[in-house]
Amino acid sequence: MKMGFGPYVLAAWLFFIGLYGIVTSRNLFHLILCISILQSSSYVLLLGIGYRTGAVAPVFSDIPVNTPAVDPIVQALVLTDIVIEVTVLALLLTLAVQIHKRHGTLDPDKLSAIRG
Amino acid sequence: MSLRTRTRLFLAAGMGLLAFFIYGLLGLPPVGQQISGYATKLNSLTVPARHITDTVTAVNFDFRGFDTMGEEYILFTSVMGVLLLFRTQRDEVEEAPRNHAPGRQAPPSSDAVRVCALSLMAPTLLFGIYTVTHGQINPGGGFQGGVILATVLLFVFLAGDYEIFRKMDAHRAVELAESAGAAGFVLVGLAAIILNKPFLENVLPLAPAGTVLSGGTVPLISLSVGIEVGAGILLLSTAFLEEALVLKSKKGG
Amino acid sequence: MPPLPPLPVVVPLLMAAVLVALGLFFERRVIEIPAIVTALGVTAICLILVVRSSHGLIVYWFGGWAPIDHIALGISFVIDPIGAGMATLCSLLVVAAFIFSLKYFDAVGSLFHVLMLVFLGAMCGFSLTGDAFNLFVFFELMSAAAFALCGYKTEARAPVQGALNFAVTNTVGAFMVLTGIALLYGRTGALNLAQIGQALGSQMDRTVIVAFTLVTAGFLIKAAAVPFHFWLADAHAVAPTPVCVLFSGVMVELGLYAVARIYWVVFSSAFSSHASALRSVFMGLGILTCLVGGTMCYVQTHVKRMLAFSTVSHVGVMILGFGLLTPLALGGMAMEVVGHGMVKSALFFCSGIVLHRLGDVDEMRLRGLGSRLTGTGVVFALGGLALAGLPPFGTFVGDLLIEQSARGMGLAWLRWIIIVAAVLSGAAIVRFVARAFWGWGYYEKEAVKGAKIETGQETEKSHFRSPMVMVGPAAILIALGIAAGVSRQFLAAIEASVNVFQNRQAYIAAVLSGAHINSFQLPAAQPRVFGYAFVGLFAVALAFVLVVLTLFRSQLFESGVPGGSVVRHGVECLQRCHSGHVGDYVTWLVIGVTIFGGALLILMG
Repeated sequence: MKMGFGPYVLAAWLFFIGLYGIVTSRNLFHLILCISILQSSSYVLLLGIGYRTGAVAPVFSDIPVNTPAVDPIVQALVLTDIVIEVTVLALLLTLAVQIHKRHGTLDPDKLSAIRG
Repeated sequence: MSLRTRTRLFLAAGMGLLAFFIYGLLGLPPVGQQISGYATKLNSLTVPARHITDTVTAVNFDFRGFDTMGEEYILFTSVMGVLLLFRTQRDEVEEAPRNHAPGRQAPPSSDAVRVCALSLMAPTLLFGIYTVTHGQINPGGGFQGGVILATVLLFVFLAGDYEIFRKMDAHRAVELAESAGAAGFVLVGLAAIILNKPFLENVLPLAPAGTVLSGGTVPLISLSVGIEVGAGILLLSTAFLEEALVLKSKKGG
Repeated sequence: MPPLPPLPVVVPLLMAAVLVALGLFFERRVIEIPAIVTALGVTAICLILVVRSSHGLIVYWFGGWAPIDHIALGISFVIDPIGAGMATLCSLLVVAAFIFSLKYFDAVGSLFHVLMLVFLGAMCGFSLTGDAFNLFVFFELMSAAAFALCGYKTEARAPVQGALNFAVTNTVGAFMVLTGIALLYGRTGALNLAQIGQALGSQMDRTVIVAFTLVTAGFLIKAAAVPFHFWLADAHAVAPTPVCVLFSGVMVELGLYAVARIYWVVFSSAFSSHASALRSVFMGLGILTCLVGGTMCYVQTHVKRMLAFSTVSHVGVMILGFGLLTPLALGGMAMEVVGHGMVKSALFFCSGIVLHRLGDVDEMRLRGLGSRLTGTGVVFALGGLALAGLPPFGTFVGDLLIEQSARGMGLAWLRWIIIVAAVLSGAAIVRFVARAFWGWGYYEKEAVKGAKIETGQETEKSHFRSPMVMVGPAAILIALGIAAGVSRQFLAAIEASVNVFQNRQAYIAAVLSGAHINSFQLPAAQPRVFGYAFVGLFAVALAFVLVVLTLFRSQLFESGVPGGSVVRHGVECLQRCHSGHVGDYVTWLVIGVTIFGGALLILMG
């Protein structure tokens, strides 16, 4: 299946939409989920770079070792990336919960403890 | 800035950035046309050199194991950070946990839900252990299996018994398990240094490909990561649940 | 004797895990000593690495995976004197922060020390690595520890907001770095820096420019260049003092280190024919950062926020040093990093002492109250003068080298930008000392309304004597700042290290072919530094004039300062941009990246 540049354009679009969401967000949880969308863009980009038409997954338990396989390195990078994203999101969500506790609101427009 | 100004400024700049990014992306070869020499080399090397059939696990825990150590520590740090940020403040006192969001009455949990949730615990545990230990053969490994293992105890919460979940979840033991898992990875690497080899080089004999012990130190590292991830995710869930469900009131009123 | 290269990363990370376990059973004192010992050990190891790497690049392959057929299979540490030097600076400041926090936090568990040790390990790994994705992993590890440490004081309203702004902005930056690395991998099929550099060679096409923009912009966000700097002031105003020391002293400079390292190993050959275009873009960036940082610094009344903006203005000077792309200027940047790191840390320690003894850090509320803290006042004032460029501090030498390099390239006017930045940041601190410690300008209102930050206590009791563990680190660091500037050997070592740093061919050969090339040569002649002491003294004098004008203006100018309302209007506009709103920050970030990328594409494409 020929893909041309589809995955790359998708990655760029996710990048843009994620940033748009962060900038116009009215709720911190929504903002944090938009960061998650932003990071999905890098997964799509990496996996697109590693794909090879007509190749199989890089698992050789039941196929001969020399079968053309897709790039395992980007898959490992994406795995690492997902773990990193989940953990950073956990920290951000904790901060959002604490903000709600201290400020009483999740709206970035209404956070007023720092100004100027 | 007001929302409108911000949106307009962002759209102007963001469109430019989008165009810029796509312009750069179009300079790459189309998807599926090219594979790097690095990847081909590794694909051909994992079975003969390490007897590991799942190349992604080999890349993660062997070829680029040092990155994975860093990644494991990012999870460790975030868990510690969450625990730090959620610590009980000096002016707060913990009160009785409740089983429902404030202002709502929880319906009594039905026996059907309880039986389903609790009977899923054992199969999930088995599946988690399988995923952790068979990462060298099929897709899997410490990270994936660890997350599955973390959910085993959460079934108790899903069955509707938050208080029992809280009692079963021995906080100290889980934190110990987490630091043991994190230290375990480093110690496996240091074992190589003690034997006069570079950090993280394989020091155990390689079983034939397709068996659980193939890969030398990789199953050990995978197990250690599985313990750390499982304990870490469990700590995260516990911390968030406690924050939501355990009432904390100000001291003296 | 175990191999040293992995130890600066492995030992702190292992000890962090061990301390978590210990912290569950023992109280805080048992945790503090092992933490300090670990940090001291790492400092010693890094110093040894500096010396060893001056005999030739140290290349260490993890997992024993050396390159096969010149394809790098595993992850390598590639240690040169500058990288090892950055790691030494990091560990030294962590030691100082640990000692300072012995008496600082009155009630804290073990998690502070655990997070600081992880932070230390990550910073050392970041400085020593030779692999692009490994750089990203350590970057994220550094950031995760930093976010948690920044939001430490969760009981107040400001810290959690500041930490969130910091976390969101830096996460977007990290994402850009990753995207750039992905583009480089797609283009060259390699993740090892030396191999990417070799594969790119001298070809330059649009993907290379876009990758360079994304990677550099991502690291510049960490480095707090304008317009990516908004998070820095928020984070510093709310983070605990020992943490601020690390942020301003090394974390921000590591961002610039990464930009420089990646440029010289990966892109310098590809961009060699467009060096002047690159210079112009970085000049613009550096000048903007200097001026915005300096201006915002001078109008602050919250001393930690003031110090944060002064870091921004000095980062601007460092960007100018990098952007000139000559060895002399890069040597100036390195000297500035060392000098600024020492002095800024000492200043943050002093502000911590002020907060501990007097309970506040706002200049207007502290008027005259500091008169009992004489020692702290002296160190504070010395630090401010050092930032203004007082000889013989390291900052003076750094500024001078950059000015000399600029003059050598026909850009002599750049000296005035550096002087303005230095004067504004130094004068702000001297003004703070004058008002808070000596009570000058007691009846003078503030010229421009300062930032509104809700400040809380960091320690509970107000003590009667500043403890030795708090004053000691500040004094020692100021002394080190002087030593760095005075020592001729240190200047020579920096010049030699910079030549090694810029030697791309030797780096690639050492990593991919295992060749042992030693290009570290102490220079025969040295740039004349102390003959130009009058430049530094001139800047210091300007700073004093500015302080006097500000503090006594209603007596000097009865009908208002000429042009004052125009200046105030402009500055208030600038202040309104610093709104504390994370959406605004990300918008400025996107605008900045787009203009940066657009400029590069137009000038080089």
